[in-house]
Amino acid sequence: MSEFFHMGGYALYVWGSVGVTAVVMIANAVAAILNHRRELCRISRRLRRERKSV
Amino acid sequence: MSVWQAFIELMKRDLRLAMRRRAEIANPLLFFVMVIVLFPLGVGAEPNLLERMSAGVVWVAALLSALLTLDSIFRSDFEDGTLEQLLLSAQPLSVMVLAKVVAHWLVTGLPLLLVAPLLAMLLGMKSAAMGTLMLSLLLGTPVLSLIGAIGVALTVGLRRAGVILSLLVLPLYVPVLIFGAAAVDAAASGLPVSGQLYILAAFLAMALSLAPVAAASALRISLS
Amino acid sequence: MNIFMRWFHKMGSPPWFYRISGKMLPWLTGLFVITLVYGLYAGLVLAPADYQQGDSFRIIYVHVPAAWMAMFIYIVMAVAALVHLVWRMKMADVVLISSAPIGASFAFIALATGSLWGKPMWGTWWTWDARLTSELLLLFIYLGIIALHSAVEDRQSAGRATAVLTLVGVVNIPIIHYSVVWWNTLHQGTTVMRLDGPAIAPQMLWPLLSMAIAFKLYYVIVMMLRARGEILARETKSRWVRELVGGE
Repeated sequence: MSEFFHMGGYALYVWGSVGVTAVVMIANAVAAILNHRRELCRISRRLRRERKSV
Repeated sequence: MSVWQAFIELMKRDLRLAMRRRAEIANPLLFFVMVIVLFPLGVGAEPNLLERMSAGVVWVAALLSALLTLDSIFRSDFEDGTLEQLLLSAQPLSVMVLAKVVAHWLVTGLPLLLVAPLLAMLLGMKSAAMGTLMLSLLLGTPVLSLIGAIGVALTVGLRRAGVILSLLVLPLYVPVLIFGAAAVDAAASGLPVSGQLYILAAFLAMALSLAPVAAASALRISLS
Repeated sequence: MNIFMRWFHKMGSPPWFYRISGKMLPWLTGLFVITLVYGLYAGLVLAPADYQQGDSFRIIYVHVPAAWMAMFIYIVMAVAALVHLVWRMKMADVVLISSAPIGASFAFIALATGSLWGKPMWGTWWTWDARLTSELLLLFIYLGIIALHSAVEDRQSAGRATAVLTLVGVVNIPIIHYSVVWWNTLHQGTTVMRLDGPAIAPQMLWPLLSMAIAFKLYYVIVMMLRARGEILARETKSRWVRELVGGE
C-alpha cells in the first residue's frame, strides 16, 4: 500500500500530476453546473415576477 | 472602376494620407531602435553574448514594432466612416483590405527593413548574416502586416483593443519569428539557409492569399 | 429532406439539444466513471513499472489524454466555427464557446503534468522545444478566443468573430502534431498513432486508451452542461424555456 503512495520515489510528481488534473477537471465541471443552475434560478425568478405583475 | 484600378487608388490614398503625417512614420522606427538598444544595456555589453543574441533580438524588436503600428491600418477609417463605405462599395472587400495592408507595409515594414542592418551591426551581428537578415525580414514583415490585419479587423470596434490585439496576434506571429531568427542564426554559423527562407516564402504565399479574405470577413463582423 | 439533412437541422435546434442532452447526461456520466476508474486503477496499480522511468511514467495516464483532448477539442471548435459561419447554425456557436474553457483547461493540464514529468526525467521543469512551445501557444490561442468572446458586447458578433479567430488559429494544430517529426526534440516521438502500430506494451496501452475515452466522455459531459446554461441564457424569452422552467 505504502509502495503505491511512494511511487518509487516519484510520489511528488505522479500524485502532483494526478492532483492538478483532478482539481482542474472538477473545477470545470462544478463551474458548468453552477452556471446552469444560476440561469435556471434567474429565469424562474423572472417568471415569478411576471406572474405577480399580471 | 476595375478592381485593379480600385486597388491602386486605395493604396495611393493610404500612402498619401501616411505621407501627410510623416512624423508618425518615425515612431515605430524609433521604438525599434530603442528596443534593440535596451538589450545591451540590460544584459551587459559582452560582445560574444550580444552577437549570439543578435538575430533573435532584431527579429523580436521588428515583431513588437509591427504590433505597435497595426492599429493604424483601420483605426482612422473606422472613426470617420470610410471603413463602412468600403464595406458597402461594389469592390471585393478582400482586395481593398490587401491594398490597405500593402500601403501599411510600405510605410512601416519597409523602413524597418532598411534600418535593420545598421542596428544589427550595433549588436555585432556577423556580416555574413546581414543579407539573410534583410531577406528574412523582406519575406517576414509583410506576413506580420497581413496576419496583424486579421487581428485588427477582429478588434476594430472594441474599446480597449490594444491589449487583446497582442494576445490574439502574437501566437500567430511565433512561427514567423522562429523561422526568421533561425535563418539568420544559420547564416551566421555558415549553415545553409534555403530551408528556412523557403518556409518563410510559403508563409508569405499563404498569408497573401488567405489573410485578406479572413480580415474582410472579420471586418464585416466587426462593423455589423 | 433526406435523413441526414433532417438530423442536421434537429441538431441546430436548441430545445432539441437541451432535451437530448438532459437524457444522455446520466448515461454518459456512468460510462465516464467506469472508464475513469478502470483507467486509473489499471494504470496506477496494475501496469508494471517502466524499465527506464520507474513509476514516474504513470504520469502518462493523465498527461497524454489531456494533450490529445486539447487538440481534439480545438478541432471540434474549428468545425463548429465553420458550421456557424457557413450555415449560420446557432448551436454551433454554443458548442464553440462551451468547449473553449475545457480545451484551455486540458492544454494547461498537459503543460503542468508534462512539466512534473519532465523534472524527474529530463532534469528540467521546462524546455523550449517545438512540442512544448506549440502546446503553450495553443493555450494562448484558447485564452485569446475566450478573451475576444467576452470583449465583444453584441452576442451575435462575438460568436462570429470568435469563429473567424478559431479558424485562423487552426494552422497551429498540425504544427504541434508534427513538431516531433520536423525538429530534433527532447520530447518523445509519436508512440501510439503510428502507421506500424503502437510502440508500447499492451498492459500499459489499455489503461491509456481507457483514460483517453474517459476524457472524451468528460468533455462531452461538461460541454453539454455548459451548453445547457448558455442556451438558457440566450433563449430566456422563448416559449419553450418558459414552459420548461415554469412547469417545474
